[in-house]
Formats: sequence, structure tokens, C-alpha cells
Amino acid sequence: MRIYLDHNATTPVRAEVVQAMTQTLTDVYGNPSSGHAEGDAARARIEAARDAVARCLGASPSWVYFTAGASEANNAVLMGLLEEGPGHLVTSNVEHPSVEEPAARLESAGMQVTRVPVDEEGLLTPEAIFAALRPDTRLVSLIWANNETGVVQPMEAIAEGLASRGVRLHVDATQALGKWPVDLSRVPADYLSCSAHKLGGPKGSGCLVARAGTPLHPLIRGGPQERRVRGGTENVAGIVGFGRACALVSEELAERMLEYARLRDRLWEGLEAKVGEVRRNGSVEHMLPNTLNVEFLGTAGEVLLQALDLEGVAVSAGAACHSGSISPSHVLSAMGLSPEQARSSLRISVGHGVDTGQIDAAVDLFGELVARIRRAGPA
Amino acid sequence: MTVLEPAREEARDEAGAPASPRIIVAMSGGVDSSLAAALLTEESFEVVGVTMHLAGDASRCCSLEDADDARRVAENLGIRFYVANYTSEFQREVIDVFADEYLAGRTPIPCVACNKRFKFDYLMERAEIFQAKGVATGHYARISRDPASGLFELRRPRDLQKDQTYFLFQLDQAQLSKTFFPLGELTKEEVRERARGLGLGTADKPESQEICFVPGGDYAEVVETIRPEAAQRGGEIVNGQGLVMGRHPGIHRFTVGQRHGLGISSSERLYVIRLDAEARQVVVGPESELAAEGAEVSEVHWIAGAPPRQPIRAKVQIRYRHGGALATLYPLPQDTVRVEFDEPVKAVSPGQAAVFYEAPPSDGDRGERVLGGGWIRG
Repeated sequence: MRIYLDHNATTPVRAEVVQAMTQTLTDVYGNPSSGHAEGDAARARIEAARDAVARCLGASPSWVYFTAGASEANNAVLMGLLEEGPGHLVTSNVEHPSVEEPAARLESAGMQVTRVPVDEEGLLTPEAIFAALRPDTRLVSLIWANNETGVVQPMEAIAEGLASRGVRLHVDATQALGKWPVDLSRVPADYLSCSAHKLGGPKGSGCLVARAGTPLHPLIRGGPQERRVRGGTENVAGIVGFGRACALVSEELAERMLEYARLRDRLWEGLEAKVGEVRRNGSVEHMLPNTLNVEFLGTAGEVLLQALDLEGVAVSAGAACHSGSISPSHVLSAMGLSPEQARSSLRISVGHGVDTGQIDAAVDLFGELVARIRRAGPA
Repeated sequence: MTVLEPAREEARDEAGAPASPRIIVAMSGGVDSSLAAALLTEESFEVVGVTMHLAGDASRCCSLEDADDARRVAENLGIRFYVANYTSEFQREVIDVFADEYLAGRTPIPCVACNKRFKFDYLMERAEIFQAKGVATGHYARISRDPASGLFELRRPRDLQKDQTYFLFQLDQAQLSKTFFPLGELTKEEVRERARGLGLGTADKPESQEICFVPGGDYAEVVETIRPEAAQRGGEIVNGQGLVMGRHPGIHRFTVGQRHGLGISSSERLYVIRLDAEARQVVVGPESELAAEGAEVSEVHWIAGAPPRQPIRAKVQIRYRHGGALATLYPLPQDTVRVEFDEPVKAVSPGQAAVFYEAPPSDGDRGERVLGGGWIRG
């Protein structure tokens, strides 16, 4: 009965993933560090998953370090800079908090941070990134596809330019993976973070990819796991699920991108026709195929989100804090939207399981509820 | 509506009765609103819990912990729950006004505006959008309807110790028609017992007594944070004859009737009689000068919608914990009322609300009726 249009927050776990994880939980209970058959069986599952993840990312398996998700991987890369002494970090003003907050922490520890601003379409230019570099720049850390707007940065050009200048690049590919081609054989980034649950895998599982030879500082000490980079007995089922989800991406990406774009475009056309006074946020040409960030003029996004939820449709508004109170999105503000415009904007993201009928039903509901909110008075 | 219809289908009971009406419950995370929500679910309403995020996170009643408590209760009750963010409106309409009132030499009571604007105007608007039949709260008060006139009446609750009608006198007929006070017939002890019986996590949560955005009770500090110039506006303490008795650091630190913290020595006990914002003077005098024969009350709102045509008798409550004093009300033009007390009343503070109750009560069993109220002028 529910219509789930918040696939950028998380997307349902695919049946194939559930099956692989269930089978692992049931049959493969060994500790991967043990020297017996049960341990070997568990270790084999992890290594098979590592191969699947690496293949999906165009990486070598030896570059993949499993973590509890992208936030951990982002923290590991940024906070690792503390081990290297003072210097300069380049990032953008539309990063996920798991990059922005470590960057702010580095800043208070004496590191200098340049946050390159996006333009009004939410885009960065490679030239602006290169212009921000200094002789002591230790790292550039950028989000590939923005979680709120879906805007995709020109990462190939940025990565090539940085590689030729000998500056390390960390890419947060959390939203990109599964919806956009992520191929490290073409994009020479040094580090890449991603999370399983954005692509049909389980929550609490993800990885950091670090090319051979790039420095890596252990975030969790105390064990031989993940080549001593991340101590602690592995989340075997979570890793298996991640591997299975990546294998599905390898098989389905081209098809998924077409289907998501079809649904998303139908949704946008419906909103334009049946709701009216709507405006798209972010570059239409450089955007994930599944994401739509829309300003509904004269409505408060928070109220619209709640009214939609009561009628069975799930979407997202700004950044919800722990209690669920919503503050205006820093990403939209960075693109020059006023606080009112940012408050009137919702993120709608499609994914596996969404069909045409749901899109049409959602459009009708948007029409009814937005009209009701606009009638009730100024937002 | 293809999406709405299934939702309504689900809400039908087995006999095919119509969907239960939706209702919003303002949930603060305290025991009262938790039980209010629980009682409504028992009556087969489709209850939607809403916590209003009003002041910054550090404050007492609107803190994230309280929102989490409310969310947990909502989860236990199996109802939808949302946080409604009104922080900028609250800053503008309540906190800033609170500071300005102190600077003007008055003693504000922010809970009245908060209740009227936030728990009713704003939540009522959200209820309309949610197509809910109204808003329920955990206030201790009762609403009845006069069969003859069809008018809604606001009445004191059964538990007079917890009576909150003083804060609710600004509700109008349209709001009262869509407002529900499920605790009106219960005592606080009964509320706690029932909450315990239902296993609500907030059953034994301590009471919040202070103004929510003044956590330690140090309102002067709050005023100075919002209006830093307040701290630079010291002045004289004078007696009724204009004789200078001492100096003070700012009139926002004083309230009519205050005896302590004047920092002057005198053979007789001195009280703050009056605050003169323009002259920045705190006027002090003996207790005898504290008594007022009457008061002028402005911006008067009448629950019935219109003022009485001639003077009426009423019991007038001049602050939250005041027992009320018998008086005659003389309606004047421009929503003003001249109150003449039968006996002089002490510490009538400009900025506080004067709330009028029917006297003598015509139907005391159902709770004394609120006639209306307004703001005491200085």
C-alpha cells in the first residue's frame, strides 16, 4: 500500500541479497581468522565478496577494505590526515556530514581547509578545484553524486587533473554507486567510499577502496582483519550481502539507469502538469537518473512530507536531525536558494520496486496535498 | 484518489464502519500529553502525535530528549509521530517578545502566546492539512457546549491544582470547536496511575514548572542574551516621592511585588511598586502601596466572541497561581475592560494576563467558566 520514493535514504534489500545473507548466517558461522574448515569457509565468502565489489568498482580486490559503511570510510580517510601532520585539505561546500564534520575537526586541529563552492546548479568545475590547490595540499575530498540533489560532479576530469598534479583524491561515491557508472579504471581516484544499503544491500556494511601505495591509517586497531586496517571480527553476512548487491549492480546498471530515468521523468512531468508552480533544483544534465529535488512554491516541505506520509507516500525534506526536526538543507543553501526556497523543497528518489502506477498515484496525491497546503495559507 | 482509498479501507473495522477520524495530539514528551494520546487511541481515533520543536535544543520542555520520549510513547501506542519545526516562529513571536516586554517594564507570561499561536493556530492549520478533525492536548481544562446558544465554553478542569485555563483564555470559538482536552475530568494522580497502568515510559517523569526556554529560571540572563543592550540600561531606585534610594542594573531584573534583591537598606520592608521603563526607574514603597483598587485590561478576548453589553460581575485571576478576586468588569471601547476589585489586590503586574471567570459560577460541577481575558496595562 505504501509508495516508497526515498531510495536515496536507503533502498529495500534485494531478495537475492537476503537469500545470500540468510544462507551465510545459517551455514557459515566460522570466524574468518580461524585456521580450521569453518574459518576457511567464512574467509572464502569474504574474499568472494571482495572480488565482486572490486569488479563492480573497476578496482583490484586488494584495494578493498570492508567497513561498517561509507561514513566510517569517509572518517577513516579524513581523520587519517591527522597522522600526517599539518597541511591543506580541499573539499566542497555540499559534502555529506561524514566528510564535512571530520573536515571541521581537522580544521580545529590546525589543518587548513578550502571548501570550493558549487554554482547555482550544484556543480563544481575541475578548474575551480585545481585553482584551490596549494603546495601543501594533502588531499582533495569530494562527493561524486550529491545525496540531496543527485547532482553528479565531473569526477573523471577532476581525478585526471589531480593525478597529473600528483594530488591525492578521495571520492565519496555513496549515492553514485548503483545509479551511475563508477569505474576506477577510468577515474584515477586514490580513495573511494561506499555503502551497501544504497544499492540493495544491508545497512552497516560498506567499504573503503584505497589504491595500492596510498597511505592508510588504521581506524580500529586490535586485530589482523582487513590487513590490519580495521580490527574486529568481520561482519561476514553483511559483507556477503554487499558483495551480492554489487554483483547485481554489475549486471543491471545500464538497465536500471534507463528505468529510473523513465520513472523520474514521468514523475517530474506529472508534477509540472498536475501540481504547478514547481521548480527543479540542480543541474538536469548532470544528475543521477533516479533523483528529483523539487521546490513546491508556497508550501513548507516539512508539512508536505508529513501529509504525504499519512497518505502512504514516503519522500525526504532537507536534513532530518535525530529527533526528526527538519532544518533547511545546507546543500540547497550552497546553491543560492533562500531559506524559504530550501524549506519548500523535497527530495524524491525512485529505485527498485517503483512502478508507473505508483508514480501516477503519487502525482495525484501531490496535486491534492499541495493544493490543500497552499489553501491553508503562507508557508 | 487511488492512494487515499486503500488507506481509508484499512481504517474500516470488520463490520465495515467508516474510518476512524484522524486527530492530532500535541505531545511534549511529558506524562499528560502521553496519556491524552493513549486515551484517544482507546476511543479508536486515528491518532497522529506531533511534537513541536520550538526553542533551541538546550531548553527544557522542547529538548530533543523530550521529543525522543514522545516518539517512544507514540511507538508504544502504534501511532504516527512527527516533529514540527517552529523554531524561527517561536523565536520571533515568543522569545523576542518576552525580552521586549521585560525591557518595557512589564512581567510577561509567554505561555499564553505560545499556547494560542503554536498549540492552536499552527497545529490547527496542520490538522486541517492532515484532514484531522482537530487537535488534542494534555492541558487540564474542559470544553463544553451551551445547548441554547450552541457556543463552546472553556471551563476549569476537575483537578484545580493543575488548572491551565489561565493560559488558554485566548482560544476562539472556531478553535474550541476543534480542540479536545482528554484530561479535563482526571486528576494528576489519576493521570499518572493510568499512564503506569498502560506502561507509558513517561508515567513518572517529573513535572516541568519553569518557562521552557528559561531552563535555570534565570530569565534576566535570557533577556540579556537576546537584547544585550538591557545589561547597559541601569537606573535609579526611587520611592513614591521620587527620592533616590539606590541604583539598579536594569529594570528587566524586577517584577512588581518583588521584595528581595533590591540592594537597599531601609527601616521598613520595601517592595517594587511600579517599573518606569522610560525613566529607567524602579519605584519602591511599603506593602500598603502595593495594593491596587483596579486595573485596566487591554486586548481583551471574550470566549463567547463578543463583550458583554453592560458591566458584569466576575472572578479575576491576575497570575497563574492566583486564587482570583471578585470584581466588577466595565467594558470600554477598543477591547478594553476596566476591572474594579471588591477588595484591593496586591501585586497587579503589568504584562501578566487578567483572566475573567464567571461569578458566581452557574454550573460549578462542570467547572467554573472562563468568560475571557486580556493583558494588564501599566
